[in-house]
Amino acid sequence: MINIYEVAETNKMITEENLDVRTITLGISLLDCIDSDLQRLNEKIYDKIYDAAKDLVKTGEEISREFGIPIVNKRISVTPIALVAGAACKSAEDFASVARTLDRVAKKVGVNFIGGYSALVSKGMTAADELLIRSIPSALSGTERVCASVNLGSTRTGINMDAVKLMGEIIKATAEATKEADSLGCAKLVVFCNAPDDNPFMAGAFHGVTEGDKVINVGVSGPGVVKTALEKVRGENFEVLCETIKKTAFKVTRVGQLVAQEASAMLNVPFGIVDLSLAPTPAIGDSVADILCEIGLEYAGAPGTTAALALLNDQVKKGGVMASSYVGGLSGAFIPVSEDQGMIDAVQAGALTLEKLEAMTCVCSVGLDMIAIPGDTKASTISGIIADEMAIGMVNQKTTAVRVIPVVGKAVGETVEFGGLLGYAPIMPVNRFGCEAFINRGGRIPAPIHSFKN
Amino acid sequence: MKRTIITVVGKDTIGIIAKVCTYLAENGINILDISQTIVQGYFNMMMIVDTSKTEKPFGDMADEMTALGEETGVQIKCQKEEIFDKMHRI
Repeated sequence: MINIYEVAETNKMITEENLDVRTITLGISLLDCIDSDLQRLNEKIYDKIYDAAKDLVKTGEEISREFGIPIVNKRISVTPIALVAGAACKSAEDFASVARTLDRVAKKVGVNFIGGYSALVSKGMTAADELLIRSIPSALSGTERVCASVNLGSTRTGINMDAVKLMGEIIKATAEATKEADSLGCAKLVVFCNAPDDNPFMAGAFHGVTEGDKVINVGVSGPGVVKTALEKVRGENFEVLCETIKKTAFKVTRVGQLVAQEASAMLNVPFGIVDLSLAPTPAIGDSVADILCEIGLEYAGAPGTTAALALLNDQVKKGGVMASSYVGGLSGAFIPVSEDQGMIDAVQAGALTLEKLEAMTCVCSVGLDMIAIPGDTKASTISGIIADEMAIGMVNQKTTAVRVIPVVGKAVGETVEFGGLLGYAPIMPVNRFGCEAFINRGGRIPAPIHSFKN
Repeated sequence: MKRTIITVVGKDTIGIIAKVCTYLAENGINILDISQTIVQGYFNMMMIVDTSKTEKPFGDMADEMTALGEETGVQIKCQKEEIFDKMHRI
């Protein structure tokens, strides 16, 4: 039987160390909503999402109360809209109307984000894909809760450099379209290489075409719990360090698994996966960078950071895999800058640069995340940053992503405030040397060879 | 059997256990196990109870226990047993 010390340990994790379930994400297929009439399409999408998700928030709150564990976000992901709306949408404005429908139904059912305003263009773009991408600035500036994502490359197909070039321009245009709100639109827009079909985390969540009609995916969190566990093994060797992370990750993930199964039973929707990511928030003590410091670095970004992050990421997975029957999504440590106080401190101290962050993304998911850059950064430079990150994902057969925010009117040394879970960020300097000739070539980078690995 | 864990944490005062037990008895909730410690003057109690006979919905019970805790100046939590079981047992 459970003893008092175990109960106290669990409750201390919840009340003092910010253990929570970060998100229950309900994936909904919209493939059966496809229609050639735009109005009918919008109605079908609204009705299907409303029907599937009307009890989502209530169910989340009920589970939260039963187990005494906070469930921070309830969210929805849908089939990439470029696939669903291609038959009905003849212009970018048509696509933006679908985004507004998603926003309306998200508000109606009470979820804080809805993901899936997406296109999958890792090899080529259809006319619908391109229209959706071109509609992103107006879709994101005209809505509050819609998140957009574009898959630009994969290990099997290579990198679609035409789309990479276009996305550099679209990110700039989105920043401009939402400049009144410090270019907030870009915080809801992410580009991927090897995007997973079952990611529950925003902004990159979408319901892949390999999924069933509906599915429950859960993302857990708990950087604070790992950090506190590591405080007790200061100065011990790597074996002890790794074992401690693994055991803690197991405990954290078991909570996610329990919540996922409960939600699945209560909503009568199949359980998909638990995403093992360590996801930070701007709250003090909920930081991945603080774990890196506890492992032995003065600041995140100091020499040794990539190695420390590699071991952290690996041990989280090793502990988590055993705790859950199905693991998926991104499953790795997140290193967003604006959403992690320790990362912000590291940038402000001058310890962490964009280049070091890029190195860190080689060993952890998911990529260059929530990084504010000067508003006058050129579109081609953003495309260059994206291409570099996509190449890391393609060659290493992992998911990588870029979510940068070129904040209009702001320069290095200033900070930008996004509010809530999105946090605030110092504007980081970007390498000022050009790459236009590279980005302007057009076409795609071929898929890499899979043998002769060295 | 549906088991719930009740935890009481707070400053040690007279009659905390009595109040909680009275509430449980009035609502047909059977106590299976009680353990208690005092750490640095703070009262720490855990009860394992069987809620299969009570007609009260779980949410109401949790809210009423929280309110009872506030009256007494302690923190009372009700949580289904599974969260502890899953976390601490393979």
